Amino acid sequence: MEFKLTEEQAFIAESAREFLAHVSNSDAIRAHMELPKGYDDQVWQQISQDMGWTAILVPEEFGGLGLGWVELSLVLEAMGQHLLCAPYLASSCMATTALLVGGNQEQKSLYLPLLASGEIKGTLAIAPPHGDFESGGMTVEYSPSGDDFIITGQSGFVLNGHGAQLVIVAARRAGSSDSKDVSLFLVPSETPGLTIKPRPTLDQTRPLADIEWDQVKVQRKNLLGQEVQTFQDLEVILSLAAIGVAAEQLGGCQEVLDQSVTYSMERQQFGKPIAGFQAIKHKAADMMLRAEASRSAVYYASCIADDFMTQQISDASELKEAASIAKSYCSEAFFHNASEALQIHGGVGFTWEYDIHLYLKRARSMSSFLGDPDYHREKIASRLLEESTI
Amino acid sequence: MKLGFSKDEEAFRQEAAEWLKEHLTGPFEILKHRGGPGDEHMFQEERKAWEQELAKGGWTCLGWPEEHGGKGLDITKQVIFQEEYARAGGPGRVGHIGEGLAGPTIIAFGTEEQKKRYLPGIKTGKELWCQGYSEPNAGSDLANVQTKARFNPETNKWSITGQKVWTSLAGESDYCFVIARTDPDSTRHKGLGFFLVPMDQDGIELRPIRQLTGTSEFYEVFFDQAQCDKDSILGAPGDGWKIAMELLGFERGVSTLGQQMLFQNELNQVIAKSKETGVWRKPRFRQDIAEAHIGLKIMRYNSLRMLSGGQEKLSKEALIYKLYWAGWHRRLGELAMQAWGPQAEIIAGPDYELHRLQSLFLFVRSDTIYGGTDEIQKNIIAERGLGMPKG
Repeated sequence: MEFKLTEEQAFIAESAREFLAHVSNSDAIRAHMELPKGYDDQVWQQISQDMGWTAILVPEEFGGLGLGWVELSLVLEAMGQHLLCAPYLASSCMATTALLVGGNQEQKSLYLPLLASGEIKGTLAIAPPHGDFESGGMTVEYSPSGDDFIITGQSGFVLNGHGAQLVIVAARRAGSSDSKDVSLFLVPSETPGLTIKPRPTLDQTRPLADIEWDQVKVQRKNLLGQEVQTFQDLEVILSLAAIGVAAEQLGGCQEVLDQSVTYSMERQQFGKPIAGFQAIKHKAADMMLRAEASRSAVYYASCIADDFMTQQISDASELKEAASIAKSYCSEAFFHNASEALQIHGGVGFTWEYDIHLYLKRARSMSSFLGDPDYHREKIASRLLEESTI
Repeated sequence: MKLGFSKDEEAFRQEAAEWLKEHLTGPFEILKHRGGPGDEHMFQEERKAWEQELAKGGWTCLGWPEEHGGKGLDITKQVIFQEEYARAGGPGRVGHIGEGLAGPTIIAFGTEEQKKRYLPGIKTGKELWCQGYSEPNAGSDLANVQTKARFNPETNKWSITGQKVWTSLAGESDYCFVIARTDPDSTRHKGLGFFLVPMDQDGIELRPIRQLTGTSEFYEVFFDQAQCDKDSILGAPGDGWKIAMELLGFERGVSTLGQQMLFQNELNQVIAKSKETGVWRKPRFRQDIAEAHIGLKIMRYNSLRMLSGGQEKLSKEALIYKLYWAGWHRRLGELAMQAWGPQAEIIAGPDYELHRLQSLFLFVRSDTIYGGTDEIQKNIIAERGLGMPKG
């Protein structure tokens, strides 16, 4: 057991922070979030080509770097810290993970090299239009049609759906009443009948889209994994994705604390920096507690993700629990810290000009994405209480 | 960064588990899961005997360097032992102040003579220690020490006069480490000495403090010209504050994991109570119990980070530790009452005899106060962790 970053990992984290401080500064964030797709193609190019981050999770045999979840989390943490506008979480974390977990050799050979190089961007469509991720109320359906499948229905809250070339959709078998009767499909966004509609979002750094599936014909070879047996896979994919989100939240959680400390040292009232007042210091201390606890939760979950993906642990329940812990804790920690940061900034925190509101909005949007804290706590509670033999 | 244990470590785990299973039986059977916070006054004699049993098996002072009688085990193996100890239901250690605080401090600052004199007693579990830091007027303001130490050249001894308070296990201890003012003209952090004082003498009087639980784990300790030898001062006169602060760093060591296993045991009891009362079905309770579970898991991850970090004592994860666990534990006490429902109001018997969960609910109120209140912790975090100015 060695629960600290290796030198290489510390270097990855440091270089990510340095690079993003440059390409995703306040001006850049504001410019990029106004672009049609919500991100800048040139920055994406740099991330994928120069930094190689899109290749982190992809094994070397598929043209990737073959690194692990700790490295991915460190990069996501830096992205969360700098509110990077890019489809990285959607493509390099979520879609890539779906292929790694559920894809067969042929599917991996076809798509992973393209995702690793950043040439295409993928995303996951798993939520219904009302966005109630928590009820498992999936409304997209598929039905067999000869050798192929027909997909019909509506997806909502597709992260960076606008601009994605590959959509991985979770659909329920038509006519089935079993909520676990779910299959995943790889669908190129150019496929006829598929329409992606961007939605304006409260958090402008996080573009979401609806997808309309109008009798979309998908070939059998694009079925991810085995038909109907993919519910377990889907749970694993969503757990891994939740760890990715938590890593981003950790970055935001720390950044708003750092900005608050810096501001409180500069801002003078009653003839001295407000950082000297206990009312401010105690808020900051509480924020640091949450940031450090978030860090412990994210690093631990990332190690578990690595162990799971390298088959050192086979039991998905450990992964699911670590993911629910990280996602629920980091969601609340980030929102708490962003909220306190705004308060510490006082009047300027209420302006468009200062960045704190961007973090508050990000904290809000990511809190409900992939299951809000209540959802993840209930998952834990049901395991603790229903299954407990104490 | 990796989790998991090597074969050698797993073998060590098995060895520890087997020894505990074999020895925590017979006269020691009653000690299982006892003597934790709020229960520390129970089974004192049996727990002293248990301490020596552990020592005979070679399970004390695992992290001390071998040259000082320890086992020199790395952090991972110490973690493993703590986990197995708690899994086996090992009782709260009466020797923990000696092994975890006094010993490491003597190793760090003591002379060869002092090491020879004090360490073996700790190692064998035969001599127990308590600590004398707080005073009636030195609580959060710890530097406001008024207890005096004077050296008398005629008797060649130090004479200590003053009062300490909130000393746990004082009635059972053989030695107390005491911070006292060696320089009468000094104030605050300067002019303090760190003394190793034998408890069995006329100049020391103990009064148990009756706590809100009705029980007494803590004492007031009165020193009236208490005597100790010339060489019972650690370091030089004036070094007391430095040594005292160093000692506080030892509090965030491997023992944190043992503490967490006790917490886990308490959490399990709360869950069991909720199943008994039916409260477990309430949506709000389900959220709260999950939050408690999450909080405890993260506490463990945080400790593993802290321990893997090695010598860096002021790491951020170490700075938050006390504030984190104290708040968590206090909340657990409230949750215990929530799990119990209205029945929580009925105590076990006359003379304010409490059930375990009632005792937990009340005792945890001390957690956010002793060892640096939440408010003091936040000042320390803001100043040392975030570089914010002192008020």
